[in-house]
Amino acid sequence: MISFERVSKRYEGGHDALRDVSFEIGADELVFLTGHSGAGKTTLLRLVMLLEQPTRGRVLVAGRDLSRITRRAIPAHRREVGVVFQNHRLLFDRSVFDNVALPLYIAGYDHREIGKRVRAALDKVGLLRQERAMPVTLSGGEQQRVGIARAVVGRPPVLLADEPTGNLDPALSAEIMTLFEDFSRVGVTVLIASHDLALISRLRHRIITLREGRLVGAPA
Amino acid sequence: MAARPAARRDGARVQRTRLSHRMSAWVRHHRLSAADSLRRVLERPAASLLTWLVVGIALALPVTLALSLDNLRALGGRVDTQAQLSVFLNPAVDTAEGKALAAELGARPAIAGATFRSREDALAEFRARAGFSDVLGGLEDNPLPHLLLLVPREPARSAALAEELSALVAVDEVVLDLAWLERLQRLTALGRRLVLVAALLLAAGVLLVLGNTIRLAVEGRREEIEVTRLVGASDAFVRRPFLYSGLWYGIGGGAVAAILVAGMFAALRRPVAQLAAAYGADWRLAGLGLVDAFGLVLAGGALGLIAAWLAVGRHLRLDPGG
Repeated sequence: MISFERVSKRYEGGHDALRDVSFEIGADELVFLTGHSGAGKTTLLRLVMLLEQPTRGRVLVAGRDLSRITRRAIPAHRREVGVVFQNHRLLFDRSVFDNVALPLYIAGYDHREIGKRVRAALDKVGLLRQERAMPVTLSGGEQQRVGIARAVVGRPPVLLADEPTGNLDPALSAEIMTLFEDFSRVGVTVLIASHDLALISRLRHRIITLREGRLVGAPA
Repeated sequence: MAARPAARRDGARVQRTRLSHRMSAWVRHHRLSAADSLRRVLERPAASLLTWLVVGIALALPVTLALSLDNLRALGGRVDTQAQLSVFLNPAVDTAEGKALAAELGARPAIAGATFRSREDALAEFRARAGFSDVLGGLEDNPLPHLLLLVPREPARSAALAEELSALVAVDEVVLDLAWLERLQRLTALGRRLVLVAALLLAAGVLLVLGNTIRLAVEGRREEIEVTRLVGASDAFVRRPFLYSGLWYGIGGGAVAAILVAGMFAALRRPVAQLAAAYGADWRLAGLGLVDAFGLVLAGGALGLIAAWLAVGRHLRLDPGG
């Protein structure tokens, strides 16, 4: 579903964020991406979201070469990739419901369909009763779950998460990870960047480790 | 094989529903953006009113100038149609010769009409006018010559005609009182150019003011724009609400301009009519028509749209990733 073919990313100024990275993630896999901060985790996710283009190599999502996606087609690609951010990136001027509805509203769904899907997504993350609440009144864990609901509400085939448990205590973190496992079980490809090694090593999933932009333990 | 045409039909249907789905989504977003933008404009009445006033005053200025010029030109036009040449005949020419000359000139293709006014008629007319009878009473002789009043067919060629006529032996002098008219025409031409320049400058000013207002609105919603782009919003989707904001600011400004101009001309109408009456003229000030007012509102809206397009476009270009 996601494949990196000898991908390198060098930023202006000569910093190499990724060096010759190759891997493949199957359609129903859940994969953890780990490494120290600055190891290239965020860059890798940004390449999948088409926030950046690689300097060398190819990134393919669902068989499509991302370098061939035109600027006009980027929004359509992003609707296929749900993203959960570490700092949630919720909009604080609108309710939980409206935050979660945003991707559907952009994709042009009608009112009834939006209501149905948003409630299903909020139900999934256990926040159905808070749909009218403003995000600022929610706890950190609840805000993160709103972010997850927003990422999955459009039923994207790929789900990315950048340090989704970064600010949460261990119990809440485990709860969030269980949610991701549920999505993986229904066929969503999930890639989670996390440096919480204690947590992710307990879960039995493939772990991709980056060190200074290189894949650790990758076949040469 | 038999299933293939059916499949193609299904495909066409899917295509059509997808298209109609996209159309209705597009219309829906336009409606929502328009309403949301209007709500945001009305939510801050003081700031919005200020923007409307700035735009309105900037638009009202060239429109007022243009309308004043139109009125001047209308005034000039009336004189123009009445333009005539006064041909004073040589004192040696008698009444019969004068009449014959009038008939001869009146038959020329360049002349629309010719009237003979004898020196006796002229004297009688002068006597009838207050103030002149005393002066004229002291004279032994009639000092006035015979006069031909000619109406040229083409007022623009009056000067050439005057020159031609003054070459005639019977003609003493041709008075073409059109120099002031020509000056007026030159002045209004200059005025029109000035109005154009002023209009362009002020339109640029309106673009800058509205562009800056929209730019601030974009800055204020930067986080929202970034997030919507991250979850798959197109440039058009991001741009749309701001285009509507620009439209509302522009339309409001155009309406303010129309009200200002209409108010100004309404206040001037009476004094101008009184002034015209004092000159014995039946002349009215032409104000802003309904169509013009509508055009002004549209022009304001167009400027708002352009300003918003430029402001948001700049933001989208500077921040391509979202």
